Amino acid sequence: MNLGQAKTFDEFMEGIWRQNPVFVMALGMCPTLAVTVSAINALSMGVATTFVLICSCLLVSLLRRVIPKEVRIATYIVIIATFVTVTDYAIQAISLTLYDALGAFIQLIVVNCVILGRAEAHASKVSPLTAVINAAGMGAGFTIGLLALGTVREIFGNGTLFGISLFGANFQPWVIMVLPPGGFFVLGGWLLLFAWWAKRRDKAALPADKAAEGHQHA
Amino acid sequence: MSARIELRTAPHVKGRRTVEKIMQQVVFSLLPICLFFIYQYGISAAALIIVVTASCLATERLFVRQGGQAGDVSDWSATITGILLALSLPPGFPLWMGAVAGIVAIAIGKSLFGGIGRNVFNPALVGRAFVQAAFPTAIASYTPSFLPGRFSEFIPSSLALPFMQPASTEAWVKAMPIDALTSATPLAKWKFDGIVAGADELLTSLAGHMAVGPSPLLILICGAYLASRRYLDWRIPVSILGAAGITALALYGFDPVRYPNPFFMLLSGGLVLGAVYMATDMATSPVTPKGMWVYGALIGVLTVVIRYYSGLPEGVMYAILIANAASPLIEKITQPTPFGRGRGGRVRRATYPLHPSYISREEDGASAPKKLFKPKVKS
Amino acid sequence: MNAPQPPESSSAPVPPSAPTTPTAAMIRTLGLVATICGLIIVGAYQGSFSAVQENKRIALERAVFKVIPSARSIGEYFATANGVTPASGDTPPGAIRFYAGYDADGKLAGVAAEGAAKGYADVVRILFAWIPECQCVTGFGLVSSRETPGIGDKILVDRDFLANFKELDVRLNADMNALANEVKTVKHGTKTQPWQIDAISGATITSRAVGRGINEAAQALLPRVAPHLDSIRTKP
Repeated sequence: MNLGQAKTFDEFMEGIWRQNPVFVMALGMCPTLAVTVSAINALSMGVATTFVLICSCLLVSLLRRVIPKEVRIATYIVIIATFVTVTDYAIQAISLTLYDALGAFIQLIVVNCVILGRAEAHASKVSPLTAVINAAGMGAGFTIGLLALGTVREIFGNGTLFGISLFGANFQPWVIMVLPPGGFFVLGGWLLLFAWWAKRRDKAALPADKAAEGHQHA
Repeated sequence: MSARIELRTAPHVKGRRTVEKIMQQVVFSLLPICLFFIYQYGISAAALIIVVTASCLATERLFVRQGGQAGDVSDWSATITGILLALSLPPGFPLWMGAVAGIVAIAIGKSLFGGIGRNVFNPALVGRAFVQAAFPTAIASYTPSFLPGRFSEFIPSSLALPFMQPASTEAWVKAMPIDALTSATPLAKWKFDGIVAGADELLTSLAGHMAVGPSPLLILICGAYLASRRYLDWRIPVSILGAAGITALALYGFDPVRYPNPFFMLLSGGLVLGAVYMATDMATSPVTPKGMWVYGALIGVLTVVIRYYSGLPEGVMYAILIANAASPLIEKITQPTPFGRGRGGRVRRATYPLHPSYISREEDGASAPKKLFKPKVKS
Repeated sequence: MNAPQPPESSSAPVPPSAPTTPTAAMIRTLGLVATICGLIIVGAYQGSFSAVQENKRIALERAVFKVIPSARSIGEYFATANGVTPASGDTPPGAIRFYAGYDADGKLAGVAAEGAAKGYADVVRILFAWIPECQCVTGFGLVSSRETPGIGDKILVDRDFLANFKELDVRLNADMNALANEVKTVKHGTKTQPWQIDAISGATITSRAVGRGINEAAQALLPRVAPHLDSIRTKP
């Protein structure tokens, strides 16, 4: 039981940390750069993608024994497109303002390679429960990635976070942050931070190994 | 029995000049221009130059220490970036934005590529492009020069608190005891109001209270000094100004009402500063003489085209950045033919005489280290 | 998979390159998946239809009420060359869609229509209000724009600029076939006539787009609507 729980947790954490779609795999860059002008847009996009990811992975996993491998890509795409259409209607029903803000990028979830990648590489090989847990983790990781960009861009570009003013009316917005180049700069900044952190961690691990080696030789 | 011959790769001839020396000379040549800028705009301009340069140097130091970036603070290159960046900004630019520009210039424009000599784009222009996109209102707010009391009080926008909007300078300028002050640059006045300033006024920047940068004449003199000492290649500024002048002249001849005269084109905005100091950056411009002509012509034509046909009043910055991006390609297509070799194995003479100045910009005062080539004979 | 087989393996009973899944199974699976997906999509469409329509209506009303503050309900019309007809479905070619705002008593408070013109970055689409009583434009709202934030979006907040739309003159000429005076955006500080718009200094291009959008839409719409005002005077 304990082992099973640990495995489930690992499965969930894979998308959030070790294989984060935004920061590690760098997949689905189109919505990542385009819709993250504000935190709320980023969050909505992340939740929409997570919904599509979980539903498609579930269905793919359920049907994994009946889908012949010759037509699997077509099947996955049909399944993903279905849930994207459902999301599209759902967002229109929830808020038209949000729908306008996200624009074509809701429909473009269809071609988000995170989803097809998960369906192909993971969900088609494992049980429905595992597939859903992994998809939830991936979705959460994607949402966290989008939020990381969205918060920075909204704070700098507008002086607000989730629409709440942080610095008062006199704040000087950094216009570039809500323009496309800002997306690249912020994404680059985050990637740099993670790379720097990973390098530091490796360096910290290295002397310990060397010390151990030294002991052996002595 | 055998003579030992030391084998080493080129260059066997070593110039006396170093990167540090060249950069130092460029900084010295910039000092009169800085002084003129301070004479025009007072302590605000002085503070801007100091803050921007300091932020460039601090960023450079951080990345040299942290990131294994090539170069060092003491090589003067970050100082040049800082001074040029400050000179290209409006004098009343908020100091905190100036600091941001300096950090971006060095961090994104230089360190990211690996430090001195490896940058693709001129760092000062990268910093300026960033703040132009980030703070479009502040970078378009010029103030008139030679205001009374410029040595005792700051332009109000300079001292904006970090992350806060600068105070509007409009009311402050209006309260001045001088009539008919205008805060629009000559280029903006031409673009939006169709008023063309006289070439003689622009050349010295001394007439009245124009909202302009340092005098183009002074920049040309300082540039001529550097060119005469071979610290910059004269081909680049000449080809930029020539191409811009010819393009402007052609358009002026075509329709003198719609297009301003070529002298206005050449002397307004930052064209002279860009041509002499920014486009000639050794790391980002081609090294082949033919390539320099192509590169300069590209900048000149693009500048005029951007000024005429885009929503922006000034085009020098983007023109140089585009040409920076193109310069590896320009270098590739303008490779000189090696002496005695032609295409298809045909023997041809060299494209130009093999005078040392055609090989290297650093040949001045070259000396051959003699002893290294002497075969040592062991008995 | 479909690489040519070497001749010596042709003696094997089933060559490895033969399809392992029968055609019928593939078609069956695709059909099954398509059916499931079809059901989900149609279900979602039916389930969300009324909410989406309601949302669209609210969004439209909110936009119209913003430019015609006294309106309480709206009517949608098409203006064609022959007159004004109540709108239904898509706009037919040659017709212009506009909205009539009615006040609490069901009387016409104003007419709202869309205008569009090229701005700095992309087309600026606006919704402006026309009041028949004063023959003037009294306000506008942004439908969509991609103008530079901080510069182009000043058109919505700049007080001097919005003052232009207190009573922007769009009177028709004597023949009722065009505006008497073209709506024109002029340089900041040079407005002299009630049909001119004083541009925002620093956001001239976007200001001009607003002026052009109103001018073009008013030139096309008003000559068609003005003669038939009586037919939309009260709420249908």
